[in-house]
Amino acid sequence: MLMLPAFAMLAFVFVLPLAWFFTQALFAEGGIQQIASVIASRAVLQAILATNWISLLVTACVLLAGYPIAYYLANRRGLRFTLVVFCIIVPYFTSIIVRTYSWMVLLGRAGVINRLLQSAGLIEAPLPLLYNKLGIVIGMTYVLLPYMVLTLFATMKSIDRNLLLAASGLGAGGFAVFWRVYLPLSRHGILSGALIVFILSIGFFITPALMGGPSDVMVAMLIERSVEITLDWKSAAVMSLFLLAVTLVLYAVYYRITDLRRLMGA
Amino acid sequence: MNRAPLPAGRGALELSGLTKRYGNERVVDSVSAAIRPGEFFSLLGPSGSGKTTTLMMIAGFIAPDEGRITVDGADFTAVPPQRRGFGMVFQNYAIFPHLDVFENVAFPLRARRVAQPEIRRRVGEALELVRLERFARRTVRQLSGGQQQRVAIARAIVFQPAIVLMDEPLGALDKNLRYDMQVEIKDIQQRLGMTVIYVTHDQEEAMNMSDRIAIMSSGRVEQVGPPDLIYERPANAFVGRFLGEANLLEGSIEKVHEGEAELRTRDGLLLRGRIDGTAQPGQQAALFVRPEKLAGGAGDAAANRANGILRRRSFLGSVIRTTIDIGPTTQLTMDSPNSGHGLHLQPGAEIAVHWPVAHSILLTP
Repeated sequence: MLMLPAFAMLAFVFVLPLAWFFTQALFAEGGIQQIASVIASRAVLQAILATNWISLLVTACVLLAGYPIAYYLANRRGLRFTLVVFCIIVPYFTSIIVRTYSWMVLLGRAGVINRLLQSAGLIEAPLPLLYNKLGIVIGMTYVLLPYMVLTLFATMKSIDRNLLLAASGLGAGGFAVFWRVYLPLSRHGILSGALIVFILSIGFFITPALMGGPSDVMVAMLIERSVEITLDWKSAAVMSLFLLAVTLVLYAVYYRITDLRRLMGA
Repeated sequence: MNRAPLPAGRGALELSGLTKRYGNERVVDSVSAAIRPGEFFSLLGPSGSGKTTTLMMIAGFIAPDEGRITVDGADFTAVPPQRRGFGMVFQNYAIFPHLDVFENVAFPLRARRVAQPEIRRRVGEALELVRLERFARRTVRQLSGGQQQRVAIARAIVFQPAIVLMDEPLGALDKNLRYDMQVEIKDIQQRLGMTVIYVTHDQEEAMNMSDRIAIMSSGRVEQVGPPDLIYERPANAFVGRFLGEANLLEGSIEKVHEGEAELRTRDGLLLRGRIDGTAQPGQQAALFVRPEKLAGGAGDAAANRANGILRRRSFLGSVIRTTIDIGPTTQLTMDSPNSGHGLHLQPGAEIAVHWPVAHSILLTP
């Protein structure tokens, strides 16, 4: 009962406008045909493909970068733990725009990295690090890293140290302990971390808009263009619906995983 | 099952002067023991006595600050845990939750890169030994505590280690199941002829299973010996009290004569008891006697005798325990078998008790 005002507020400012937007845009004229034609259009298809591809790449990169960091955190205490947590958490509270611009300073043609490499004589022409997929992936990986690290950390912290002792006591070497015991036991963290990162990735706007090239158009950017520039609200609605649907499906999967985990007492 | 027993001479474990310090505290303080092949050896002590730390040093998880661990003559002190080749049963089992019963038991074999048909055969044998052959494909969560315990045992013996370490393996089970499992573990140990180092805080468990027990307290080994010897002839008051009920009557020694001594209690009672080692007249000592050695009645002149007032009478099922005041500061506890014609005295009654000198041990601090 006490939640009622909160629900009412959510319904009023969030669900209602959303529903109004969708019905207005989709069913005013054309209806189903309209939806089909939007989805079939080349630009939208390309954006959907690019969005999924970039999100997959980002998820993989975040996982590869986040796993060792989370592992380090789960096995350290004291000053080193605090220091690394600080480095992970502080950017988390910083504006995405600030973080994205700081990467642009690093990656640009005359950016810090290119200049360092050039002065070291390793390259002659500056590397194209920005305004392409590489730039997007680097930027988004950095922005989304904390979600993965924190999710993995929680799972890793709950791994029973005795199981690792048992494994090595029963003859498993360092790598075998990791591969046969630690990695499988952190699987749930990997799965839910990857889902969170992927869900957040497919709706990303600022970072790809600033760091991507002209051909790297993600769905969120296309929606913005439809609303702001071409004033094609119907396309915007269809694409938004697509994003919302994918997000909800993935969220349902995520919810099931975490719920199962709780059921199994892990 | 026709598993050949281990070749003789494998599984001898020697600890010499093992010491572990945390800060200034000596958690384990120069522990030495020579454990024979095929022996069931228990480390028994209250919590914080250093028994688990000792076991963890044997396993290789904790590096000793001083001392050596030798297995069949080879120095194992610096060998990493995975190369020691010991079977291990952990507190709370430490069964891998992501693997089913079969894969849990197969784990040590896979770690040793044993071929698949061989794995299937050996896991089958091990599961048969612990009577879980029908549970091979169950997940761990579908098993009861006793069954999980059996999985842990099967996993510890599947690669036929000469030495198996067990850290309070039955601590989480209820009392009846615990006794059954004690019998089962002992049975498996004797069939396979392996050396077992067993950590427990349960006296009955240690006495029921062990060939020898090391009693530990504050990081030190207080006494090592077969259960009956430690029970009947404790080396000091701690061991006497820890291994069951004990009467300890304090006083000073009056006379020493050929392994026997007379002790004058603080209330002036003169008692005799056996004494190991040397003692001087005037020295402080305590006379130790188990409650079940006491009997009601006057007894003859060769026995220790006391008169007193019956203070409390408790019915414990198989025994009736009476507490008797034999002086202003001295109490005796007597256990009489509940044989149907026991004591019918009520609290407040006068009572005479006696007990054999042979069962009285004089313990000097």
